[in-house]
Amino acid sequence: MSSTLHTPAQHASATKGAKERDTYLTADYGWKSWLFTVDHKRIAVLYLISIMVFFLIGGTFALLMRAELMTAKGDLFEAETYNKLFTMHGVVMIFFFLIPSIPAVLGNFLVPIMIGTKDLAFPKINLLSWYIYLVGGGATLYVAITGGLDTGWTFYAPYSSTYANTNVAAAAIAVFITGFSSILTGLNFIVTIHKMRAPGMTWFRMPLFLWAQYATSLIMILGTPVLAITVMLLALERTFHIGIFDPALGGDPVLFQHLFWFYSHPAVYIMILPGMGVISEIVACFSRKRMFGYHFIAFSSLAIAIFGFVVWGHHMFVSGQSAYAGFVFSFLTMLVAIPSAVKVFNWIATLYKGQVSLETPMLYALGFIGLFTIGGVTGLFLAVMGLDRHVHDTYFVVAHFHYVMVGGMVMAFMGGMHFWWSKMFGRKYPEAMGQFAAVVIFVGFNFTFFPQFILGYMGMPRRYHQYNDEFTALNVLSSAGATILGTGFLMTIVYFLWSLKWGQKAPQNQWDAKGLEWEKAQSPPPTFNFEDGERIVVTEDAYAYTYEESHTGSGHEVKK
Amino acid sequence: MWKDLPLYPEQASTIAQPVDLLYFFLIAVSAFFALVISVLIVIFASKYRKSRPDAKSAHIEGSTLLEVIWTVIPLGLTMVMFAWGTILFFDQARMPADALEFTVTGKQWMWKVQHPTGQREINDLHVPIGKPCRLTMTSEDVIHSYYIPAFRTKQDVVAGRYSELWFEASKLGTYDIYCAEYCGTEHSKMVGKVTVMTQQDYEMWLSGAVANETPVQAGERLFTAMRCITCHNSTSTARGPDLTGQFGKDVRLASGASVNFDAEYVRESILNPAAKTVEGFQAGLMPTYQGQLKEEDILSLIAYLKTLGADKSAQGAAAK
Ligand code: HEC
Ligand SMILES: [Cu+2]
Ligand SMILES: [Cu+2]
Repeated sequence: MSSTLHTPAQHASATKGAKERDTYLTADYGWKSWLFTVDHKRIAVLYLISIMVFFLIGGTFALLMRAELMTAKGDLFEAETYNKLFTMHGVVMIFFFLIPSIPAVLGNFLVPIMIGTKDLAFPKINLLSWYIYLVGGGATLYVAITGGLDTGWTFYAPYSSTYANTNVAAAAIAVFITGFSSILTGLNFIVTIHKMRAPGMTWFRMPLFLWAQYATSLIMILGTPVLAITVMLLALERTFHIGIFDPALGGDPVLFQHLFWFYSHPAVYIMILPGMGVISEIVACFSRKRMFGYHFIAFSSLAIAIFGFVVWGHHMFVSGQSAYAGFVFSFLTMLVAIPSAVKVFNWIATLYKGQVSLETPMLYALGFIGLFTIGGVTGLFLAVMGLDRHVHDTYFVVAHFHYVMVGGMVMAFMGGMHFWWSKMFGRKYPEAMGQFAAVVIFVGFNFTFFPQFILGYMGMPRRYHQYNDEFTALNVLSSAGATILGTGFLMTIVYFLWSLKWGQKAPQNQWDAKGLEWEKAQSPPPTFNFEDGERIVVTEDAYAYTYEESHTGSGHEVKK
Repeated sequence: MWKDLPLYPEQASTIAQPVDLLYFFLIAVSAFFALVISVLIVIFASKYRKSRPDAKSAHIEGSTLLEVIWTVIPLGLTMVMFAWGTILFFDQARMPADALEFTVTGKQWMWKVQHPTGQREINDLHVPIGKPCRLTMTSEDVIHSYYIPAFRTKQDVVAGRYSELWFEASKLGTYDIYCAEYCGTEHSKMVGKVTVMTQQDYEMWLSGAVANETPVQAGERLFTAMRCITCHNSTSTARGPDLTGQFGKDVRLASGASVNFDAEYVRESILNPAAKTVEGFQAGLMPTYQGQLKEEDILSLIAYLKTLGADKSAQGAAAK
């Protein structure tokens, strides 16, 4: 990190005119410069490409499932094929799209720039994490091609450990490997945020996106090892018949569920917290206002990360877990709902007396707030024990977590991609198309998943290849919605790709936004993010939209 | 049109209505918040629509009072939900004393049910109206989940342990039974129908169905046939503890600990006798019956041991 570090890029930039400075994209050419890069921004792009591949694969599985569910009879696929479809859909979307989406793409790209430094603390580990991700992803695709997996993404024992005929051990190892990529990303973010903030970038001047990344990273490094242990034990039992989970071997199947959810509930927050961070950035920028209740939003991220670890039993009220344990888990789950509600109220209060404009990122952000609210409150239905007995393992659950994961996280990811697209690639996406696609996605999403709440309460169990006739109408509606939703996503991918070449050139600060990435770094940024030799010193709070003279700071800057 | 698209399943058990009531309460609270939030978004987004490119927003840092308000109100509401839901759940977790005792064994991919009077059925279930029915359930293989939406109840069925479920049907008719826990290829075909009948019809149905031995009779037969009785009797030379009147009591173990003589414990004693040794008896004497007794047989033995000592005549029979 000293000034003696010179790359070819820097030498090149010295000889060029000030107008055409090298960006991280043009600093070097050839596949080696990408595959061996240690630049956090290039790694972010590598991640972006890979998660989009998995998103398309997972999305295809989803559409095939919805096609099967158009009719009550199981007529399109064999039951076994259908089971493989929903399993692979879950595994791919959760482990290879949702978990890495915002942290590994937007987080990787933005964390160092937002705190005013050149790169993450461990650039090589950052690259390693991408390679690990690829190995895990490759192993998963291998499983998909060689017969698939039919355990559900939850891998419940003893079905997975003894009865399934698919390649569970390989899938378990794939998940095991992939876990390390999130552990390394988390580690990198935590160290970077602790140690590498630019002078003046105090904790409470950090953009809320960073608080969210920080909280997420905590969960990643504390939770993921438990998942790794769990799937390892599963692979051991399956391969060597060591009795851990299968009662026939003296094991306990409910133990598996405890271990699995000890990771997988916090993992839900790995999937949503970074999204909340993105929403905070967008809402502040498009209201041109300081975030209302900054401290409350920052601390609510930490509260969610911590409380998230003690509520796993709410997945197990009818599993045979003691009713008294259920009592405690239900209570704690009620508490963890509060910080999320606090965030929602603060976002809305930020709009108050702002200067609101509704470009694509803001449309996604507002959509997020609405859909996440529905996802959140329906979570309460499941956390209330007396109701969960009825709706557990039905389509109600499916609808609930898609409202959180797709209505929440994917909307936030889309919003974030539109917001920072010009920063990442120097070109603007077509705004009108963007707004249109955002509306299409919002409508398609609700058509797809709202009917599933009703299906669930009517009693349709999840993971059903065929179902009773009476559920047909709502299922057809849901499948129709899925095609709209799919079209929306495809449109977005197409115009994003189009804009890379034909999009309008973007200025440094497309949105006239606050934050180091907009005010100090060009679009796209050079390899070391800021002007050669520029020392970043932060003199104002995040979101200084309303201070008198933004560059000299305000009365809030000096706290001594 | 709304007739064809109902929003909740039939209310066919005594708890269906209370559960739906709680559901409507949660919907009302959710709808209220969703409405407030979307109305505020629409109002703010239009009223504070950006006017001029250089227009400035008001400088507002936040408000601790508001933060407290929107923490405390949702907290209070969730506590109401929590209390209400917990009470409902515990009502269902506590088994009524005077229930009809059914046994249910799940296996890939069928439900095997036995009535208190010995009749067996597969996938389907016939129950009388207005009588609490208690299902003691286990699985022969993977985890299943016994789910009757019209009764608003479900319980996972797990190999190696007994789970219990009770309901009191309140409306005549036929309703769906589903397996709710994914259990492999034919998971979606592990379904059946529960028929709620009047007491009279139920008795007619019972007499029409082939009556097997009742679980208690089967248990008594097995107790002799499997030679349990050679060790477990009340003679002074018995090599094993007398099991009469033991069910539900505490047993002192050689290790000094004590354990409740319940279904799980009986199951463990039969399949893995070495796990716990009763005080004053020789460890390793009782053979394991792993692989010799099916899940249903063990359920029958448990049913029999429950009655042993509950009435004196059975006690005498065991001693002979
Ligand atoms: C060879 C003699 C023998 C036979 C046959 C036998 N048992 Fe046992 N059983 C014992 C002994 C000795 C103990 C106490 C030591 C122990 O707990 O291991 C015992 C303990 C038990 C217990 C726990 C008793 C308590 O008071 O806690 C149960 C229940 C039981 N046996 C059931 C059965 C059943 C059911 C069968 C037939 C399927 C059976 N046993 C067959 C010898 C026998
Ligand atoms: Cu959870
Ligand atoms: Cu099943």
